[in-house]
Amino acid sequence: MNLLSVRNLRVTFPTDHGPAEVVRGLNLDLGRERLGIVGESGSGKSMTGRAIMGLVPAPGRVTADQLTFDGQDLRDLSEDARRNLRGPAMSMVLQDPKFSLNPVIRIGDQIEEAMAVHGGLGKGARRRRMLDALISVRITDPERVARLYPHEVSGGMGQRVMIAMMVVMEPALMIADEPTSALDVSVRGQVLDILADLVSRRGMGLILISHDLNMVARWCDRILVMYRGEIVEELAAGGLYDAQHPYTRGLVASLPTIDDTRDRLPVLDRSAL
Amino acid sequence: MITHEWLLSDDPETRTQARLGVMYRLARDLARNPLAMVGLAIILALLLIAAFAPWLAPYSPVDGALANRLQPPSITHWMGTDELGRDILSRVIYGARITLMIVLLVVVISAPLGLLIGTVAGYYGGWVDRVLMGLTDIFLSLPRLVLALAFVAALGPGIENAVIAIAIAAWPVYARIARAEVLTFRNAEFLDAIRMQGASKARIIAFHVMPLCMASTIVRVTLDMAGIILTAAGLGFLGLGAQPPLPEWGAMISRGRSFILDQWWVATMPGFAIVIVSLGFCLFGDGLRDVLDPKQRSRG
Repeated sequence: MNLLSVRNLRVTFPTDHGPAEVVRGLNLDLGRERLGIVGESGSGKSMTGRAIMGLVPAPGRVTADQLTFDGQDLRDLSEDARRNLRGPAMSMVLQDPKFSLNPVIRIGDQIEEAMAVHGGLGKGARRRRMLDALISVRITDPERVARLYPHEVSGGMGQRVMIAMMVVMEPALMIADEPTSALDVSVRGQVLDILADLVSRRGMGLILISHDLNMVARWCDRILVMYRGEIVEELAAGGLYDAQHPYTRGLVASLPTIDDTRDRLPVLDRSAL
Repeated sequence: MITHEWLLSDDPETRTQARLGVMYRLARDLARNPLAMVGLAIILALLLIAAFAPWLAPYSPVDGALANRLQPPSITHWMGTDELGRDILSRVIYGARITLMIVLLVVVISAPLGLLIGTVAGYYGGWVDRVLMGLTDIFLSLPRLVLALAFVAALGPGIENAVIAIAIAAWPVYARIARAEVLTFRNAEFLDAIRMQGASKARIIAFHVMPLCMASTIVRVTLDMAGIILTAAGLGFLGLGAQPPLPEWGAMISRGRSFILDQWWVATMPGFAIVIVSLGFCLFGDGLRDVLDPKQRSRG
Protein backbone atom coordinates (compact mmCIF):
# COMPACT_ATOMS: atom_id res chain seq x y z
CA MET A 1 0.00 0.00 0.00
CA ASN A 2 1.14 3.51 -0.65
CA LEU A 3 2.31 5.62 2.23
CA LEU A 4 0.97 8.79 0.70
CA SER A 5 -1.55 9.17 -2.06
CA VAL A 6 -2.58 12.52 -3.48
CA ARG A 7 -5.11 13.18 -6.25
CA ASN A 8 -5.87 16.54 -7.81
CA LEU A 9 -4.18 18.66 -5.12
CA ARG A 10 -4.78 22.37 -5.56
CA VAL A 11 -3.40 25.29 -3.55
CA THR A 12 -4.88 28.71 -4.25
CA PHE A 13 -4.12 32.16 -2.91
CA PRO A 14 -6.56 35.04 -3.24
CA THR A 15 -5.10 38.05 -5.07
CA ASP A 16 -6.45 41.34 -6.38
CA HIS A 17 -6.96 39.67 -9.76
CA GLY A 18 -8.92 36.71 -8.47
CA PRO A 19 -7.54 33.48 -7.02
CA ALA A 20 -4.06 32.43 -8.10
CA GLU A 21 -3.41 28.69 -8.25
CA VAL A 22 0.13 27.81 -7.26
CA VAL A 23 -0.41 24.05 -7.31
CA ARG A 24 -2.78 22.86 -10.04
CA GLY A 25 -4.16 19.37 -9.88
CA LEU A 26 -1.14 17.47 -8.64
CA ASN A 27 -1.21 13.66 -8.42
CA LEU A 28 1.36 11.83 -6.38
CA ASP A 29 1.93 8.36 -4.94
CA LEU A 30 4.72 7.63 -2.56
CA GLY A 31 5.87 4.33 -1.14
CA ARG A 32 8.85 3.80 1.10
CA GLU A 33 11.20 5.29 -1.45
CA ARG A 34 13.09 8.43 -2.37
CA LEU A 35 11.07 10.70 -4.59
CA GLY A 36 12.59 13.84 -6.06
CA ILE A 37 10.58 16.90 -7.06
CA VAL A 38 12.44 19.34 -9.26
CA GLY A 39 11.39 22.56 -10.91
CA GLU A 40 12.26 26.23 -11.09
CA SER A 41 11.58 28.76 -8.34
CA GLY A 42 7.86 29.40 -7.95
CA SER A 43 6.82 26.15 -9.61
CA GLY A 44 4.94 25.08 -6.48
CA LYS A 45 7.39 22.51 -5.12
CA SER A 46 7.53 23.88 -1.60
CA MET A 47 3.80 24.58 -1.52
CA THR A 48 3.15 20.94 -2.36
CA GLY A 49 5.25 19.92 0.63
CA ARG A 50 3.53 22.38 2.92
CA ALA A 51 0.09 21.33 1.69
CA ILE A 52 0.88 17.71 2.62
CA MET A 53 2.04 18.86 6.06
CA GLY A 54 -1.09 21.01 6.39
CA LEU A 55 0.92 24.18 6.90
CA VAL A 56 0.10 26.41 3.94
CA PRO A 57 0.45 30.02 5.18
CA ALA A 58 -2.63 32.04 6.04
CA PRO A 59 -4.74 33.15 3.07
CA GLY A 60 -3.89 30.01 1.06
CA ARG A 61 -6.53 27.30 0.53
CA VAL A 62 -5.85 23.61 -0.09
CA THR A 63 -8.29 21.30 -1.91
CA ALA A 64 -7.82 17.74 -3.12
CA ASP A 65 -9.96 14.85 -4.36
CA GLN A 66 -7.85 12.50 -2.34
CA LEU A 67 -5.22 13.06 0.33
CA THR A 68 -4.50 9.86 2.21
CA PHE A 69 -1.54 9.21 4.45
CA ASP A 70 -1.01 5.70 5.80
CA GLY A 71 -4.68 4.85 5.26
CA GLN A 72 -6.04 8.01 6.91
CA ASP A 73 -7.85 10.69 4.97
CA LEU A 74 -6.04 13.88 5.92
CA ARG A 75 -8.89 16.04 4.67
CA ASP A 76 -11.25 14.73 7.38
CA LEU A 77 -8.86 15.27 10.27
CA SER A 78 -9.28 18.17 12.67
CA GLU A 79 -6.49 20.71 13.09
CA ASP A 80 -5.51 19.05 16.39
CA ALA A 81 -5.35 15.60 14.82
CA ARG A 82 -3.14 16.89 12.04
CA ARG A 83 -0.93 18.58 14.56
CA ASN A 84 -0.49 15.24 16.32
CA LEU A 85 0.66 13.68 13.06
CA ARG A 86 3.34 16.31 12.58
CA GLY A 87 6.48 15.13 14.25
CA PRO A 88 5.79 11.46 14.97
CA ALA A 89 4.34 10.60 11.55
CA MET A 90 5.52 13.24 9.10
CA SER A 91 8.00 16.05 9.21
CA MET A 92 9.72 18.52 6.95
CA VAL A 93 13.32 19.73 6.84
CA LEU A 94 13.60 23.36 5.89
CA GLN A 95 16.00 25.07 3.59
CA ASP A 96 18.35 27.22 5.59
CA PRO A 97 19.64 26.27 9.05
CA LYS A 98 20.50 29.92 9.72
CA PHE A 99 16.81 30.78 9.79
CA SER A 100 15.35 27.44 10.81
CA LEU A 101 16.71 27.22 14.34
CA ASN A 102 15.56 29.49 17.13
CA PRO A 103 18.58 31.69 17.96
CA VAL A 104 17.97 31.86 21.71
CA ILE A 105 17.38 28.18 22.47
CA ARG A 106 20.10 25.56 22.90
CA ILE A 107 20.29 22.95 20.14
CA GLY A 108 19.63 20.02 22.45
CA ASP A 109 16.47 21.64 23.80
CA GLN A 110 15.21 22.34 20.29
CA ILE A 111 15.63 18.70 19.29
CA GLU A 112 13.92 17.52 22.47
CA GLU A 113 11.03 19.86 21.79
CA ALA A 114 9.21 17.48 19.41
CA MET A 115 9.27 14.75 22.05
CA ALA A 116 8.12 17.17 24.73
CA VAL A 117 5.27 18.34 22.48
CA HIS A 118 3.93 14.85 21.96
CA GLY A 119 4.60 13.72 25.50
CA GLY A 120 5.01 10.14 26.66
CA LEU A 121 8.73 10.26 27.41
CA GLY A 122 10.52 11.20 30.58
CA LYS A 123 13.32 13.72 30.76
CA GLY A 124 16.12 11.18 30.75
CA ALA A 125 14.65 9.18 27.87
CA ARG A 126 14.19 12.37 25.85
CA ARG A 127 17.78 13.35 26.40
CA ARG A 128 19.06 9.93 25.39
CA ARG A 129 17.05 9.97 22.18
CA MET A 130 18.20 13.50 21.43
CA LEU A 131 21.83 12.43 21.75
CA ASP A 132 21.14 9.36 19.59
CA ALA A 133 19.59 11.57 16.92
CA LEU A 134 22.67 13.78 16.93
CA ILE A 135 24.90 10.72 16.58
CA SER A 136 22.75 9.43 13.72
CA VAL A 137 23.49 12.61 11.77
CA ARG A 138 27.18 11.99 12.41
CA ILE A 139 27.87 14.53 15.07
CA THR A 140 30.74 13.02 16.99
CA ASP A 141 30.48 14.90 20.28
CA PRO A 142 26.72 15.20 20.82
CA GLU A 143 27.07 16.20 24.48
CA ARG A 144 28.90 19.36 23.54
CA VAL A 145 26.82 20.24 20.47
CA ALA A 146 23.58 19.84 22.44
CA ARG A 147 24.69 22.65 24.73
CA LEU A 148 25.52 25.07 21.90
CA TYR A 149 23.36 27.86 20.53
CA PRO A 150 22.59 27.85 16.79
CA HIS A 151 25.00 30.71 16.03
CA GLU A 152 27.85 28.65 17.42
CA VAL A 153 27.66 25.92 14.76
CA SER A 154 28.57 25.96 11.07
CA GLY A 155 26.02 25.82 8.25
CA GLY A 156 26.61 22.14 7.56
CA MET A 157 26.33 21.21 11.20
CA GLY A 158 23.22 23.38 11.50
CA GLN A 159 21.61 21.51 8.62
CA ARG A 160 22.47 18.19 10.25
CA VAL A 161 20.94 19.45 13.49
CA MET A 162 17.78 20.33 11.53
CA ILE A 163 17.66 16.80 10.17
CA ALA A 164 18.23 15.36 13.66
CA MET A 165 15.35 17.51 14.88
CA MET A 166 13.06 16.09 12.20
CA VAL A 167 14.06 12.42 12.48
CA VAL A 168 14.14 12.18 16.26
CA MET A 169 10.50 11.08 16.26
CA GLU A 170 11.20 8.58 13.45
CA PRO A 171 8.44 9.80 11.13
CA ALA A 172 7.19 7.58 8.31
CA LEU A 173 7.26 10.44 5.83
CA MET A 174 9.92 13.07 5.57
CA ILE A 175 9.81 16.02 3.23
CA ALA A 176 13.16 17.70 2.67
CA ASP A 177 12.76 21.15 1.14
CA GLU A 178 16.09 21.97 -0.50
CA PRO A 179 18.02 20.52 2.42
CA THR A 180 21.35 21.19 0.77
CA SER A 181 20.98 24.48 -1.05
CA ALA A 182 22.63 26.48 1.75
CA LEU A 183 25.61 24.13 1.92
CA ASP A 184 28.82 23.85 -0.04
CA VAL A 185 29.45 20.86 -2.25
CA SER A 186 31.53 18.77 0.14
CA VAL A 187 29.04 19.06 2.98
CA ARG A 188 26.15 18.48 0.56
CA GLY A 189 27.33 14.93 -0.11
CA GLN A 190 27.49 14.18 3.62
CA VAL A 191 23.98 15.46 4.27
CA LEU A 192 22.55 13.40 1.40
CA ASP A 193 24.35 10.32 2.68
CA ILE A 194 22.81 10.83 6.09
CA LEU A 195 19.34 11.16 4.57
CA ALA A 196 19.83 8.05 2.40
CA ASP A 197 21.00 6.11 5.40
CA LEU A 198 17.97 7.14 7.45
CA VAL A 199 15.59 6.22 4.64
CA SER A 200 16.98 2.74 4.20
CA ARG A 201 17.54 2.04 7.92
CA ARG A 202 14.20 3.30 9.19
CA GLY A 203 12.10 2.56 6.11
CA MET A 204 10.93 6.14 5.61
CA GLY A 205 9.30 7.64 2.59
CA LEU A 206 11.25 10.69 1.53
CA ILE A 207 10.29 13.55 -0.76
CA LEU A 208 13.32 15.57 -1.76
CA ILE A 209 12.49 18.99 -3.14
CA SER A 210 15.29 20.63 -5.06
CA HIS A 211 16.22 22.57 -8.13
CA ASP A 212 19.48 20.74 -8.56
CA LEU A 213 18.69 18.40 -11.46
CA ASN A 214 21.90 16.40 -11.34
CA MET A 215 21.76 15.77 -7.64
CA VAL A 216 18.17 14.58 -7.76
CA ALA A 217 18.84 12.40 -10.79
CA ARG A 218 21.75 10.72 -9.10
CA TRP A 219 20.14 10.22 -5.77
CA CYS A 220 16.39 9.59 -6.04
CA ASP A 221 14.43 6.50 -7.10
CA ARG A 222 11.95 8.56 -9.05
CA ILE A 223 11.75 12.16 -10.22
CA LEU A 224 8.77 14.43 -10.75
CA VAL A 225 9.31 17.57 -12.79
CA MET A 226 7.06 20.47 -11.85
CA TYR A 227 6.35 23.54 -13.90
CA ARG A 228 3.80 26.23 -13.10
CA GLY A 229 2.11 24.17 -10.41
CA GLU A 230 1.73 21.00 -12.45
CA ILE A 231 3.70 17.83 -12.82
CA VAL A 232 4.82 17.85 -16.42
CA GLU A 233 6.81 14.67 -16.39
CA GLU A 234 7.65 11.66 -14.27
CA LEU A 235 11.01 10.01 -14.77
CA ALA A 236 12.75 6.95 -13.42
CA ALA A 237 16.09 7.43 -11.70
CA GLY A 238 18.83 8.05 -14.19
CA GLY A 239 16.25 8.66 -16.92
CA LEU A 240 16.75 12.39 -16.84
CA TYR A 241 18.49 12.49 -20.19
CA ASP A 242 15.68 10.52 -21.87
CA ALA A 243 13.12 13.18 -20.90
CA GLN A 244 10.40 13.79 -23.45
CA HIS A 245 8.71 16.94 -22.22
CA PRO A 246 10.12 20.14 -23.78
CA TYR A 247 10.39 21.85 -20.37
CA THR A 248 12.52 19.07 -18.90
CA ARG A 249 14.63 18.90 -22.03
CA GLY A 250 15.09 22.66 -21.92
CA LEU A 251 16.20 22.46 -18.29
CA VAL A 252 18.62 19.63 -19.00
CA ALA A 253 20.01 21.46 -22.02
CA SER A 254 20.77 24.56 -20.01
CA LEU A 255 22.94 22.70 -17.49
CA PRO A 256 26.63 23.42 -17.96
CA THR A 257 29.02 20.47 -17.95
CA ILE A 258 32.71 20.44 -17.22
CA ASP A 259 33.78 19.55 -20.77
CA ASP A 260 31.36 21.97 -22.42
CA THR A 261 32.33 23.32 -25.82
CA ARG A 262 29.33 25.61 -26.22
CA ASP A 263 30.06 29.36 -26.23
CA ARG A 264 26.67 30.20 -24.80
CA LEU A 265 24.37 28.20 -22.55
CA PRO A 266 20.93 27.87 -24.12
CA VAL A 267 18.13 29.61 -22.25
CA LEU A 268 14.83 27.88 -21.69
CA ASP A 269 12.52 28.82 -24.57
CA ARG A 270 9.22 29.42 -22.82
CA SER A 271 7.30 30.24 -25.98
CA ALA A 272 7.65 26.61 -27.07
CA LEU A 273 5.94 25.25 -23.94
CA MET B 1 45.00 32.01 38.03
CA ILE B 2 42.65 34.68 36.77
CA THR B 3 44.53 37.62 35.32
CA HIS B 4 43.65 40.55 33.11
CA GLU B 5 45.36 38.93 30.08
CA TRP B 6 43.70 35.56 30.71
CA LEU B 7 40.26 37.17 30.70
CA LEU B 8 40.90 39.24 27.57
CA SER B 9 42.53 36.43 25.59
CA ASP B 10 41.43 36.39 21.93
CA ASP B 11 41.61 32.62 21.78
CA PRO B 12 40.26 31.29 25.04
CA GLU B 13 41.11 27.67 25.76
CA THR B 14 37.91 26.73 27.54
CA ARG B 15 34.29 27.70 27.36
CA THR B 16 34.40 29.01 30.92
CA GLN B 17 37.27 31.29 30.03
CA ALA B 18 35.39 32.65 27.02
CA ARG B 19 32.27 33.24 29.09
CA LEU B 20 34.15 34.93 31.90
CA GLY B 21 35.93 37.04 29.29
CA VAL B 22 32.63 38.31 27.89
CA MET B 23 31.36 39.11 31.37
CA TYR B 24 34.62 40.85 32.23
CA ARG B 25 34.38 42.99 29.08
CA LEU B 26 30.77 43.92 29.88
CA ALA B 27 31.64 44.83 33.45
CA ARG B 28 34.65 46.84 32.31
CA ASP B 29 32.59 48.75 29.73
CA LEU B 30 30.02 49.49 32.41
CA ALA B 31 32.75 50.58 34.81
CA ARG B 32 34.11 52.99 32.21
CA ASN B 33 30.82 54.86 32.29
CA PRO B 34 31.04 56.96 35.48
CA LEU B 35 27.35 57.89 35.47
CA ALA B 36 26.32 54.23 35.31
CA MET B 37 28.63 53.55 38.24
CA VAL B 38 26.98 56.35 40.22
CA GLY B 39 23.61 54.75 39.40
CA LEU B 40 24.84 51.34 40.44
CA ALA B 41 26.19 52.75 43.72
CA ILE B 42 22.83 54.38 44.47
CA ILE B 43 20.93 51.16 43.74
CA LEU B 44 23.31 49.09 45.87
CA ALA B 45 23.01 51.62 48.68
CA LEU B 46 19.22 51.43 48.42
CA LEU B 47 19.31 47.63 48.58
CA LEU B 48 21.65 47.63 51.59
CA ILE B 49 19.67 50.29 53.42
CA ALA B 50 16.44 48.41 52.82
CA ALA B 51 17.96 45.13 53.95
CA PHE B 52 19.52 46.49 57.14
CA ALA B 53 16.92 49.15 58.00
CA PRO B 54 16.34 47.98 61.61
CA TRP B 55 20.09 48.21 62.35
CA LEU B 56 20.72 51.45 60.45
CA ALA B 57 17.79 53.48 61.70
CA PRO B 58 18.66 55.32 64.93
CA TYR B 59 15.03 55.61 66.11
CA SER B 60 11.70 53.91 65.53
CA PRO B 61 10.00 55.01 62.29
CA VAL B 62 6.52 55.11 63.86
CA ASP B 63 6.95 56.15 67.49
CA GLY B 64 7.76 59.77 68.28
CA ALA B 65 7.74 62.10 71.25
CA LEU B 66 5.38 65.01 70.75
CA ALA B 67 7.64 67.17 72.89
CA ASN B 68 10.27 66.67 70.21
CA ARG B 69 8.11 67.71 67.24
CA LEU B 70 9.42 69.66 64.22
CA GLN B 71 13.04 69.79 65.37
CA PRO B 72 15.45 71.08 62.69
CA PRO B 73 18.29 68.80 61.54
CA SER B 74 20.85 68.38 64.33
CA ILE B 75 23.39 65.90 65.68
CA THR B 76 20.70 63.83 67.39
CA HIS B 77 18.22 63.97 64.49
CA TRP B 78 20.24 64.26 61.25
CA MET B 79 17.22 65.05 59.13
CA GLY B 80 15.13 66.64 61.86
CA THR B 81 11.77 65.42 63.18
CA ASP B 82 8.27 65.65 61.78
CA GLU B 83 5.03 67.03 63.22
CA LEU B 84 4.58 63.98 65.49
CA GLY B 85 8.18 64.08 66.74
CA ARG B 86 9.33 61.08 64.67
CA ASP B 87 12.90 60.96 63.41
CA ILE B 88 12.82 61.68 59.65
CA LEU B 89 16.08 59.85 58.91
CA SER B 90 14.65 56.64 60.40
CA ARG B 91 11.48 57.07 58.38
CA VAL B 92 13.41 57.64 55.16
CA ILE B 93 15.48 54.50 55.85
CA TYR B 94 12.39 52.37 56.46
CA GLY B 95 10.74 54.02 53.44
CA ALA B 96 13.42 52.46 51.22
CA ARG B 97 11.86 49.05 52.00
CA ILE B 98 8.41 50.19 50.92
CA THR B 99 9.71 51.80 47.73
CA LEU B 100 11.72 48.74 46.80
CA MET B 101 8.79 46.43 47.49
CA ILE B 102 6.43 48.50 45.35
CA VAL B 103 8.91 48.61 42.45
CA LEU B 104 9.59 44.88 42.53
CA LEU B 105 5.94 43.86 42.84
CA VAL B 106 4.90 46.16 40.00
CA VAL B 107 7.63 44.74 37.76
CA VAL B 108 6.76 41.16 38.66
CA ILE B 109 3.11 41.75 37.76
CA SER B 110 3.29 44.09 34.79
CA ALA B 111 6.24 42.76 32.78
CA PRO B 112 4.93 39.17 32.37
CA LEU B 113 1.42 40.50 31.73
CA GLY B 114 2.60 42.88 29.02
CA LEU B 115 4.86 40.22 27.52
CA LEU B 116 2.00 37.72 27.38
CA ILE B 117 -0.50 40.13 25.82
CA GLY B 118 2.05 41.47 23.33
CA THR B 119 3.27 38.07 22.17
CA VAL B 120 -0.24 36.63 21.85
CA ALA B 121 -1.38 39.66 19.85
CA GLY B 122 1.66 39.61 17.61
CA TYR B 123 1.65 35.87 17.02
CA TYR B 124 -2.06 35.35 16.41
CA GLY B 125 -2.59 38.51 14.36
CA GLY B 126 -6.03 39.16 12.87
CA TRP B 127 -8.89 40.04 15.21
CA VAL B 128 -7.05 38.84 18.35
CA ASP B 129 -4.35 41.38 17.56
CA ARG B 130 -6.89 44.14 16.88
CA VAL B 131 -8.81 43.54 20.11
CA LEU B 132 -5.72 43.27 22.33
CA MET B 133 -3.93 46.20 20.74
CA GLY B 134 -7.10 48.30 20.86
CA LEU B 135 -7.19 47.63 24.59
CA THR B 136 -3.51 48.49 24.88
CA ASP B 137 -4.04 51.75 23.01
CA ILE B 138 -6.86 52.74 25.35
CA PHE B 139 -4.54 52.24 28.33
CA LEU B 140 -1.68 54.04 26.59
CA SER B 141 -3.82 57.04 25.70
CA LEU B 142 -4.22 57.95 29.39
CA PRO B 143 -1.35 59.35 31.46
CA ARG B 144 0.02 56.69 33.74
CA LEU B 145 -0.52 58.54 37.01
CA VAL B 146 -4.09 59.51 36.13
CA LEU B 147 -4.91 55.93 35.20
CA ALA B 148 -3.32 54.58 38.39
CA LEU B 149 -5.27 57.20 40.36
CA ALA B 150 -8.53 56.07 38.83
CA PHE B 151 -7.81 52.44 39.68
CA VAL B 152 -6.80 53.20 43.28
CA ALA B 153 -9.91 55.30 43.67
CA ALA B 154 -11.96 52.33 42.51
CA LEU B 155 -10.05 49.69 44.51
CA GLY B 156 -9.64 51.75 47.65
CA PRO B 157 -6.41 53.26 49.04
CA GLY B 158 -3.63 51.04 50.39
CA ILE B 159 -0.26 49.76 49.37
CA GLU B 160 -1.44 46.50 47.70
CA ASN B 161 -4.03 48.35 45.67
CA ALA B 162 -1.44 50.96 44.69
CA VAL B 163 0.79 48.14 43.40
CA ILE B 164 -2.08 46.62 41.41
CA ALA B 165 -3.07 50.01 40.02
CA ILE B 166 0.48 50.91 38.93
CA ALA B 167 0.93 47.46 37.38
CA ILE B 168 -2.31 47.85 35.41
CA ALA B 169 -1.09 51.23 34.18
CA ALA B 170 2.42 49.95 33.33
CA TRP B 171 1.87 46.82 31.19
CA PRO B 172 0.79 48.43 27.87
CA VAL B 173 4.32 49.62 27.08
CA TYR B 174 5.71 46.10 27.40
CA ALA B 175 2.86 44.71 25.32
CA ARG B 176 3.63 47.18 22.52
CA ILE B 177 7.34 46.41 22.54
CA ALA B 178 6.79 42.64 22.64
CA ARG B 179 4.27 42.76 19.80
CA ALA B 180 6.58 44.83 17.60
CA GLU B 181 9.35 42.35 18.29
CA VAL B 182 7.14 39.34 17.49
CA LEU B 183 6.07 40.85 14.17
CA THR B 184 9.69 40.84 13.01
CA PHE B 185 9.96 37.06 13.32
CA ARG B 186 6.45 35.61 13.37
CA ASN B 187 6.93 34.21 9.86
CA ALA B 188 10.48 33.10 10.54
CA GLU B 189 11.45 29.63 9.43
CA PHE B 190 12.41 28.47 12.89
CA LEU B 191 8.80 28.90 13.98
CA ASP B 192 7.72 26.93 10.89
CA ALA B 193 10.21 24.26 11.89
CA ILE B 194 8.61 23.99 15.33
CA ARG B 195 5.16 23.84 13.74
CA MET B 196 6.43 20.99 11.55
CA GLN B 197 7.05 19.10 14.78
CA GLY B 198 3.47 19.57 15.86
CA ALA B 199 3.80 22.23 18.56
CA SER B 200 0.58 24.00 19.54
CA LYS B 201 0.24 27.78 19.40
CA ALA B 202 0.30 28.12 23.18
CA ARG B 203 3.52 26.12 23.33
CA ILE B 204 5.14 28.11 20.53
CA ILE B 205 4.31 31.39 22.26
CA ALA B 206 5.48 30.26 25.68
CA PHE B 207 8.68 28.44 24.74
CA HIS B 208 9.77 29.88 21.42
CA VAL B 209 8.44 33.42 21.06
CA MET B 210 8.69 34.75 24.62
CA PRO B 211 12.40 33.98 25.12
CA LEU B 212 13.14 36.08 22.04
CA CYS B 213 11.29 39.10 23.49
CA MET B 214 12.95 38.84 26.89
CA ALA B 215 16.00 41.05 26.21
CA SER B 216 14.09 44.12 25.06
CA THR B 217 11.60 43.75 27.90
CA ILE B 218 14.33 43.57 30.55
CA VAL B 219 16.05 46.72 29.28
CA ARG B 220 12.73 48.51 29.15
CA VAL B 221 11.89 47.43 32.71
CA THR B 222 15.13 48.84 34.15
CA LEU B 223 14.47 52.12 32.38
CA ASP B 224 10.89 52.16 33.69
CA MET B 225 11.78 51.66 37.34
CA ALA B 226 12.33 55.36 37.93
CA GLY B 227 8.86 56.05 36.51
CA ILE B 228 7.33 53.43 38.79
CA ILE B 229 8.99 55.04 41.83
CA LEU B 230 7.63 58.43 40.86
CA THR B 231 4.13 57.05 40.26
CA ALA B 232 4.18 55.28 43.64
CA ALA B 233 5.35 58.46 45.35
CA GLY B 234 2.67 60.42 43.51
CA LEU B 235 -0.04 58.08 44.75
CA GLY B 236 1.40 58.29 48.27
CA PHE B 237 1.41 62.07 48.05
CA LEU B 238 -2.27 62.09 47.11
CA GLY B 239 -3.02 59.83 50.09
CA LEU B 240 -3.96 56.86 47.89
CA GLY B 241 -0.83 54.74 48.36
CA ALA B 242 0.68 53.62 51.64
CA GLN B 243 -1.45 54.73 54.59
CA PRO B 244 -0.16 56.33 57.79
CA PRO B 245 1.79 55.51 59.84
CA LEU B 246 3.78 53.69 57.12
CA PRO B 247 6.86 55.78 56.27
CA GLU B 248 6.26 56.00 52.52
CA TRP B 249 8.25 58.83 50.91
CA GLY B 250 5.39 60.36 48.89
CA ALA B 251 3.07 60.34 51.88
CA MET B 252 5.83 61.98 54.00
CA ILE B 253 6.16 64.82 51.50
CA SER B 254 2.44 65.25 51.56
CA ARG B 255 2.38 65.58 55.38
CA GLY B 256 5.28 68.02 55.31
CA ARG B 257 3.65 70.21 52.70
CA SER B 258 1.70 72.13 55.38
CA PHE B 259 4.88 73.37 57.04
CA ILE B 260 7.11 73.69 53.99
CA LEU B 261 7.85 77.40 54.58
CA ASP B 262 8.76 77.23 58.27
CA GLN B 263 9.97 73.62 58.65
CA TRP B 264 11.36 72.89 55.19
CA TRP B 265 13.14 69.66 56.17
CA VAL B 266 9.95 67.68 56.76
CA ALA B 267 9.01 67.64 53.07
CA THR B 268 12.48 68.09 51.58
CA MET B 269 14.30 65.07 53.05
CA PRO B 270 12.01 62.36 51.60
CA GLY B 271 11.96 64.42 48.39
CA PHE B 272 15.74 64.07 48.17
CA ALA B 273 15.38 60.33 48.67
CA ILE B 274 12.93 60.04 45.78
CA VAL B 275 15.06 62.16 43.44
CA ILE B 276 18.29 60.32 44.23
CA VAL B 277 16.82 56.84 43.92
CA SER B 278 14.97 57.45 40.65
CA LEU B 279 18.07 59.15 39.26
CA GLY B 280 20.06 56.06 40.23
CA PHE B 281 17.74 53.74 38.31
CA CYS B 282 17.77 56.07 35.27
CA LEU B 283 21.56 56.32 35.15
CA PHE B 284 22.09 52.61 35.62
CA GLY B 285 19.41 51.71 33.04
CA ASP B 286 21.02 54.00 30.46
CA GLY B 287 24.46 52.57 31.12
CA LEU B 288 23.16 49.01 30.91
CA ARG B 289 21.41 49.70 27.61
CA ASP B 290 24.57 51.15 26.10
CA VAL B 291 26.67 48.20 27.21
CA LEU B 292 24.21 45.54 26.13
CA ASP B 293 23.74 47.09 22.68
CA PRO B 294 26.01 44.94 20.51
CA LYS B 295 26.42 47.74 17.96
CA GLN B 296 28.28 49.86 20.48
CA ARG B 297 30.23 47.08 22.14
CA SER B 298 33.94 47.85 22.27
CA ARG B 299 36.71 45.33 21.71
CA GLY B 300 40.16 44.68 23.07
